Amino acid sequence: MSYVLGLKCRECGKEYEKEPIYVCEFCFGPLEVVYDYQAIGKTLTRQLISSREHSLWRYRELLPIDGEPAVGLYSGYTPLVRAHRLADELGVSRLYIKDDSVCHPTFSFKDRVVAVALSKAREFGFDTVACASTGNLGNAVSAHAAQSQFNGYIFIPADLELGKVVGSLIYAPHLVAVEGNYDEVNRLCSEIAQGYEWAFVNINLRPFYAEGSKTYGFEIAEQLGWTYPDHIVVPAASGSLITKIWKGFDELYKLGLTDNPPQTSVYAAQGKGCAPIVTAIKQNQDAIRPVRPVTIAKSLAIGNPADGYYSLQVVKESGGYGEEVTNEEIIEGIKLLAQTEGIFTETAGGVTVAVTRKLIEQGRIPRNESIVICITGNGLKTMDAVAANIGKPIEIEPNLASFEKHVMGEG
Amino acid sequence: MPVKVRIPTPLQKLVDKQAEVSLEGENIIGLINNMETRYPGIKERICDEHDKLRRFVNVYLNGEDIRFMDAEQTKLKSGDEISIIPAIAGG
Repeated sequence: MSYVLGLKCRECGKEYEKEPIYVCEFCFGPLEVVYDYQAIGKTLTRQLISSREHSLWRYRELLPIDGEPAVGLYSGYTPLVRAHRLADELGVSRLYIKDDSVCHPTFSFKDRVVAVALSKAREFGFDTVACASTGNLGNAVSAHAAQSQFNGYIFIPADLELGKVVGSLIYAPHLVAVEGNYDEVNRLCSEIAQGYEWAFVNINLRPFYAEGSKTYGFEIAEQLGWTYPDHIVVPAASGSLITKIWKGFDELYKLGLTDNPPQTSVYAAQGKGCAPIVTAIKQNQDAIRPVRPVTIAKSLAIGNPADGYYSLQVVKESGGYGEEVTNEEIIEGIKLLAQTEGIFTETAGGVTVAVTRKLIEQGRIPRNESIVICITGNGLKTMDAVAANIGKPIEIEPNLASFEKHVMGEG
Repeated sequence: MPVKVRIPTPLQKLVDKQAEVSLEGENIIGLINNMETRYPGIKERICDEHDKLRRFVNVYLNGEDIRFMDAEQTKLKSGDEISIIPAIAGG
């Protein structure tokens, strides 16, 4: 049974049927999925959710598919780690890591959105799926397309990390490296999308695709015993994750799944050199000024963020803020998380850890309230970013004397 | 001095279903005004009442976002290519 009524423009409110379209014909505003919350409220309970499989599909009534989920059946439901050691290091009392570096099957939160997008692509009858990607999305589309037998076309900036190139190629999609930055890849793809009958997950399936990110927020609330954190630090590329966590929190309360409304302050985390959203927050502006990205956090290197405006609104409305960090701070953030919690995150995770530290030191996040840091990707994909900053193995000969001399420092 | 303008799918029905039109204009806003004369109704889809581009409309001149130049006042020359593209999600 479907609970989706249709699509609606966020800007002007014009309504549309359930179709693979993504912008309002009238004002070009983004389209949002509209649900029948009254009907959902009659069936969806905490008990029902708890009784289901540990995947993002446990919240299926709040996801925009009509039939049974077809793709990504094991994605989502990642650990919410109580981070005692990192909390000590940062001087705070209650700190959690929402760890999507272990999301199935490609180790980033993009497995969530792609599970939803490709399930929807199948319902719409597409045989080819495509995306513009900074890496993680390409990996997720490639893997899920291989498993569910779609043709896949992945467009990436040519300077992407090797780990993210290999992480797509292994699934044998058509991987296209475009001479340009992500914003240029995205522009090209939106022109390609007009001429081909493909399901571009982040273009013509965008309203459906983006809904998958809500499950990241649903899980946080469920894992906190159907409550919300006081503060959440979210990496911002297009800004979509911020808006969808917020929407997810709101939906849970609207449906009576949480007792109290969310009081969470939401913080945007970006790398210096690509911080258009944070800049707008700090300057208290409504319009996002695009930038040309220069940062090692390539998965966040979107200079013209499509959901920038709405993510700004969420940050303001929630009483949060935004902060940006240098490449050195990002690397320190990655090392700190690894060496306190045993979690190896990619550069985007280094950004959120480093930004959290900064916001705590500035006094913007109080030390005695609950904090969630969003970790959305895996460090094994961006090893080149840290390889020069983590020392080298101690080389020895295969005998005891060499071990004692070089490792134990004797003799 | 004709300039080539690529029209996104949602707007093509306003320009006789063409994917590309050729127009004149000294700058971006001048071009949009000329477009409105020839294809009435298209301007309000792209611009707000203050002649500013709507929030979710991106305009590129020869592949470059006009916000990196002089935005709506960016000058045009013969042979330039314009793309009008809705903002899209990230990856």
